[in-house]
Amino acid sequence: MPGKLKVKICAGRHLPVMDRASDLTDAFVEVKFSNTTFKTEVYPKSLNPQWNSEWFKFEVDDEDLQDEPLQITVLDHDTYSANDAIGKVYIDIDPLLCSEAATVICGWFPIYDTIHGIRGEINVSVKVDLFNDLNRFRQSSCGVKFFCSTSIPKCYKAVVVHGFVEELVVNEDPEYQWIDRIRTPRASNEARQRLISLMSGELQRKIGLKVLEMGGNAVVGYLQCFDLEGESGLVVRAIGTACTLDKISNTSAAQLPACNSPSKEIKEAPFSEDPNPNTYSSGPSTPLKNQTYSFSPSKSYSRQSSSSDTDLSLTPKTAKSPKGPRISLCPSSPTLSSDFPTLINPFQLHLGSGTTHSLTPPHSGHASPLVLRKSVSFSEDLLLAASGMGSGGSAGKDGGHLKTLLRQQTQSALEQREFPFFTLTSFPLGFLIHAGGVVSARSVKLLDRIHNPAFVGIMGNTRSYKLLDWNSFTADEPETRDAWWEEIRQEIKSHAKALGCHAVVGYSESTSICEEVCILSASGTAAVLNPKFLQDGCLDCYSENRLSRQPTFFSTGLEDTSPPSCGFCHIPYDELNMPFPAHLTYCCNCRRQKVPDVLFTTIDLPVEAAVTGRGCLIQARLCRLKKKAQGEANATAISNLLPFMEYELHTQLMNKLKLRGMNALFGLRIQISVGENMLVGLASATGVYLTALPAPGGIQIAGKTPSDIAYEQHISNIQKKINDTVSRNKELYEIHPLEISEEVIGSPIPEPRQRSRLLRSHSESSDEVSELDLSHGKKDAFVLEIDDADAVEDILSLLTDAPLPTGFYSCNTENMPGIHNWTSSIQMFTTVRVFRLNNVNLTNQGLNKSFNDLCENLLKSLYFKLRSMIPCCLCHLNFTVAVPEDELIQVAATAVAMTFDKDQAQEILKSNTAPMKAISENEEQLQFPMELSSDSPSVQTFPPSKGFLENASPQTIQGTSRATSVDYSSFADRCNSWIELIKLKAQTIRRGSIKTTPSLDKASPLAEGHLRLRSTPSCTDSTVTVVKMTPLSFIPGAKIIKYLGIINMFFIRETTSLREEGGVSGFLHTFIAEVFAMVRAHVAALGGNAVISYIMKECVFMENSNKNQAQCLINVSGDAVILIRESEQEGVPIQTHGSTSQTPQSGGAPVS
Amino acid sequence: MDSNEVKMSVELDVFVGNTTIMDEEVYQLWLDGYTVSDAVSIRMKSGILEQFGTTEDVLESDTMDHYRTFQMTERLLHHPSKLVNQVLFQIPPHRQAMLIERYYAFDEAFVREVLGKKLSKGTKKDLDDVSAKTGITLKSCRRQFDNFKRVFKVVEEMKGPLVENVQCNFLLSDKLARDYAAIVFFANSRFETGKKKLQYLTFEDFAFCACQLIQNWTVGAVDNMVEDMDVDLDKEFLQDLKDLKILITDKDMLDQHKSLVCTGLRGKIQVFNEMEGNFKNLSRGLINIAAKLTNTKDVRDFFIDLVEKVIEPCKADRWLISDVRAFLTQYTNSARALDGFKYVQSS
Repeated sequence: MPGKLKVKICAGRHLPVMDRASDLTDAFVEVKFSNTTFKTEVYPKSLNPQWNSEWFKFEVDDEDLQDEPLQITVLDHDTYSANDAIGKVYIDIDPLLCSEAATVICGWFPIYDTIHGIRGEINVSVKVDLFNDLNRFRQSSCGVKFFCSTSIPKCYKAVVVHGFVEELVVNEDPEYQWIDRIRTPRASNEARQRLISLMSGELQRKIGLKVLEMGGNAVVGYLQCFDLEGESGLVVRAIGTACTLDKISNTSAAQLPACNSPSKEIKEAPFSEDPNPNTYSSGPSTPLKNQTYSFSPSKSYSRQSSSSDTDLSLTPKTAKSPKGPRISLCPSSPTLSSDFPTLINPFQLHLGSGTTHSLTPPHSGHASPLVLRKSVSFSEDLLLAASGMGSGGSAGKDGGHLKTLLRQQTQSALEQREFPFFTLTSFPLGFLIHAGGVVSARSVKLLDRIHNPAFVGIMGNTRSYKLLDWNSFTADEPETRDAWWEEIRQEIKSHAKALGCHAVVGYSESTSICEEVCILSASGTAAVLNPKFLQDGCLDCYSENRLSRQPTFFSTGLEDTSPPSCGFCHIPYDELNMPFPAHLTYCCNCRRQKVPDVLFTTIDLPVEAAVTGRGCLIQARLCRLKKKAQGEANATAISNLLPFMEYELHTQLMNKLKLRGMNALFGLRIQISVGENMLVGLASATGVYLTALPAPGGIQIAGKTPSDIAYEQHISNIQKKINDTVSRNKELYEIHPLEISEEVIGSPIPEPRQRSRLLRSHSESSDEVSELDLSHGKKDAFVLEIDDADAVEDILSLLTDAPLPTGFYSCNTENMPGIHNWTSSIQMFTTVRVFRLNNVNLTNQGLNKSFNDLCENLLKSLYFKLRSMIPCCLCHLNFTVAVPEDELIQVAATAVAMTFDKDQAQEILKSNTAPMKAISENEEQLQFPMELSSDSPSVQTFPPSKGFLENASPQTIQGTSRATSVDYSSFADRCNSWIELIKLKAQTIRRGSIKTTPSLDKASPLAEGHLRLRSTPSCTDSTVTVVKMTPLSFIPGAKIIKYLGIINMFFIRETTSLREEGGVSGFLHTFIAEVFAMVRAHVAALGGNAVISYIMKECVFMENSNKNQAQCLINVSGDAVILIRESEQEGVPIQTHGSTSQTPQSGGAPVS
Repeated sequence: MDSNEVKMSVELDVFVGNTTIMDEEVYQLWLDGYTVSDAVSIRMKSGILEQFGTTEDVLESDTMDHYRTFQMTERLLHHPSKLVNQVLFQIPPHRQAMLIERYYAFDEAFVREVLGKKLSKGTKKDLDDVSAKTGITLKSCRRQFDNFKRVFKVVEEMKGPLVENVQCNFLLSDKLARDYAAIVFFANSRFETGKKKLQYLTFEDFAFCACQLIQNWTVGAVDNMVEDMDVDLDKEFLQDLKDLKILITDKDMLDQHKSLVCTGLRGKIQVFNEMEGNFKNLSRGLINIAAKLTNTKDVRDFFIDLVEKVIEPCKADRWLISDVRAFLTQYTNSARALDGFKYVQSS
């Protein structure tokens, strides 16, 4: 019996009236875990029941602990008829299974009903006693930490980054079960919520097992998604990066790393900071210059290799056994070289005929019994090529082929892994050596019913309840889905290889489903990584494969000596054997290595990167009509459209990037959503000017027929507008790079072709290419050709992007290049819009314009809404699009607005200072006082309220012990304090200083007092803890002192009285607010005060206005953490769980 | 080109902040009962479009979002203590206080129409007349009326000091709590305030009176420990007031009183002669009002009687406020000095 789960139901409050006659409720609670159920007694006639139950004890094995949610149902007792359910609370107890996360869950949880929403709250305490038995063969993976954050969590350091972990589980969707026809919507929704909760738990456990096998102890960048495939089932899949993390005990210890821990050394002596990396012996000894160590595994290795190779061979052994689970899948002998081509070839088939995006014949999958009818893949070579990084259609062929292979054979352990992918988007210093460019792959699949005989049999008659046993349903389905993803990942891997990269970072996967068609997408950034962080793997490589010859793996290895601020920009491929034609120059920073003229990546801007000016959000938007079709015809139509969409999105991105005078994109996310009659594409990225890359040339307009004077005039007008925009943007984003003389950068360029030619050559006729070559002589000119109305439209649309209002910046990444001095004022928000297109004769152009307007309007709305926060930056602004119905387009975004200090913004810190470090003490005094305890300090200022202060102070102290356990004992005190408070507030209001403008607040001499009281979250007034939320992995001005576990919640809300709930907007508004509330409550119950890396992964909204019905599914996730203000790190931590035994006395409204 | 134009309509549009964003200006418009479109046009007139370089669509969307938020908050505002402990909206405490304060604020014009009326369904039905008369939207009138009624219902039967009860239950500022106490007090005793002759009096004036009455004429005023409330006038006290009749019925007493007052005021007030000539009438007016207060009907007419019997005669003679004050002080003190009243001082 590996664990004992203990649950105590304390009290309820704000319950709904269930008995109309008495206007009261006779509530009791059922506590269910796995197959065991306990009940509390009925607390009669109260809306604020006090159950104060005993501790209910569940003795369960840890597998169940991981999979199952704790299910708490609040019911209204009815003597004569069935008890009415008031609502439920699902509690994920996973955080309690990890010693470093939360130790107790205790707090007020909103009672949620899928039809009525939140109906009061219930106070619950949950504890787990785990019995350790580590030696058994385990099915559970308790103790593996999960993080949504795509960077190494702040209070940990990465000892080893093991690599990619993935898993998926499949089940029947309860919504599409036969039984759904006879059960209530509520029952159906609850079945779904519970199922997904179960599947998430199972998935997490399985991933955890993989991590343990790899020798890791954590998953970072954990991303779990649902595919609601309708009839064909429900897929829950997850990817992440397995790591071995070490907790940084405190700052002083980190400064003096223990010698025998290789990780510490990595941390303290970042690869890139040392000009001579090969001198690193990552072992315990001090680094010795020009000396190499070879460990036993590399005995046979000859020393002829270049210096950088020593890195590979020098990898020290860590204590852990290196037998990764993946190694068996890889060629493990000298046959390696022959194996690789066979691995690669299938994908080259896809890549095959290069420029035309060869699609495999529609029936390629036919021979196999798999459900997929069609498998179409195409490479995203356009993207790659155009960004100067790509694999190109025929990448790796010809001369390059051999070399590529040679390198592949001999690359580090990464190559040996099945998928050398990393979901991380930012890395420890020195981890990322080169970023090659974006690699992506998409594939169109036809979904099919699960061929499960049992299921079919049941469909016909009523041999019913077997269906409810979900576990029996896993059948053959996962293999199919696994195979699909496997295929995509292989493709990605081969793209990366073609770019001379051995790894993919910033990797993510997504799907878009419409009816039975599903687009699977994956993308990432091809990269070369520092093997030091992958030590286990390296050892694998050398011990198991006994390579006799140590090759030059890092062909550009010498660039390790280049400054860290530009190293990652340097090309990872061999310039003489480039996989595709590209425009290379010497790095503007170090002048030694070659860099491309444009760099596209899916990762965050590395902190060490040198950037000129500020960054900005760049979006490319596109709609394409498609004929309605069924089955394979539909899939074919979609897969035929995809390459063109990618191409156009890419062109738009490139144009917009040039228009802003920038040369690199970070955080690139391209989403293509499929609907019945259209495809919608949205690419978002953050544009920056990388100092290391050459200055982008202007955009030049070329007319097709230079005969007409009026036409010429028109062209030159457009040209002028464009030029104006470029220079305006340069001003706006403060892009003033040092002009470098022609001689310096005008280095011999291997293939001095123009970008534009590259772009066009893929899809357009040859005469155009020749025309474009006219621009050959002009350096860096980017030629746009106006040859038809379409082109004019395209160009004009470039100019329609409204400029940002003054004081606003936006980006879709974690860090805003050029802004470092954040204040602690943040506002996270979720916005959703659905548009209906009311035009029977839709055209691509009209559609594009509408979609463009839609996005622009949404942005404008955001700027207006958040105007009080100026100067501010909208960070992590990622739109997700969906086409829920025929003529509907849904756009959703979750982002955070963060204010920054304008004065300091002038002096842009180009140093490697982490953003938060730059915050001066002054700024730290903002916002927190307003959000957390703005009342208390005002009390201090007014001497007459002494009494209150005295009353308040004991509570203040209690408040620090646990936010939710505010003392109710003296209600009078509370009232009095409120009176005092209100008085003071009233005075404040009258003085007109209620405005939350930072300046006023700053001027306040009370700031000091505010800070003092910060850790008492609105203690005297409210039992509700303030919980901050952000999609980023940090909160400015605050330090994360503890990660409490992952929050992963799935909710369904349905209504049959849509109009009464304020229509679709009212319905969704309430639902999103409820989701926020439930997330906050769970975080607070874990003892936390913030959620970081929060994302809304799914928001599926369906309505039927005629029937007055609507349904919405939302899936959110994030990391629950405890924050403290940076200024008071040494102060008392916010809470310890010691005082949690305290039972709440009563609910909210004391008198009514 | 035009045929290419795709018409778009926004089907759904929501914005939800983790910290609920509430624009005070829009809140006021909502409280004032404006529809979304009215609110949008009012906001546009303020030049907000130009100021932030935005469009009407954006403004409308923003206004709608706010209106929805306010509607969702409204049921919580009905029980402010719930607002403090609710979980749905994360609102910083000072914003909560603002929301409550503004929600319970009322219009002077409105309160003068309703003050002293029974807070019944009947009165509520007449609100459209009030709305038409005052120019305050019906919606706003209803909110204000419902606020009055809600506060009234909660504190009506409650023990302890009225103002504090209001404050505890509705978390209002000192000033607003006092105003509500006055409203509750007036509604309970149904003082007539709507007569034409009373129109010149502001709510502030009545609130002052209410405060004085609560402090001096209710049971709570006499003894805080008594388990009774501030809302009702002290019956015993009103009964005792009847004894004052002797001041006008007993000729000796009346003369004695008058001479004492005249002695005290000689040379101190400008209208001495008028006072002297009118003393009997004034005194009779005051005492009659006091003596009748045991009748509920007469309590209602308290203010109208005061105006007719005391204030108007004084006004006619052009008394200054200081004169009135001096007179009343002297009047009271002299009465205490009379033989029959000496015991009052010792009590």
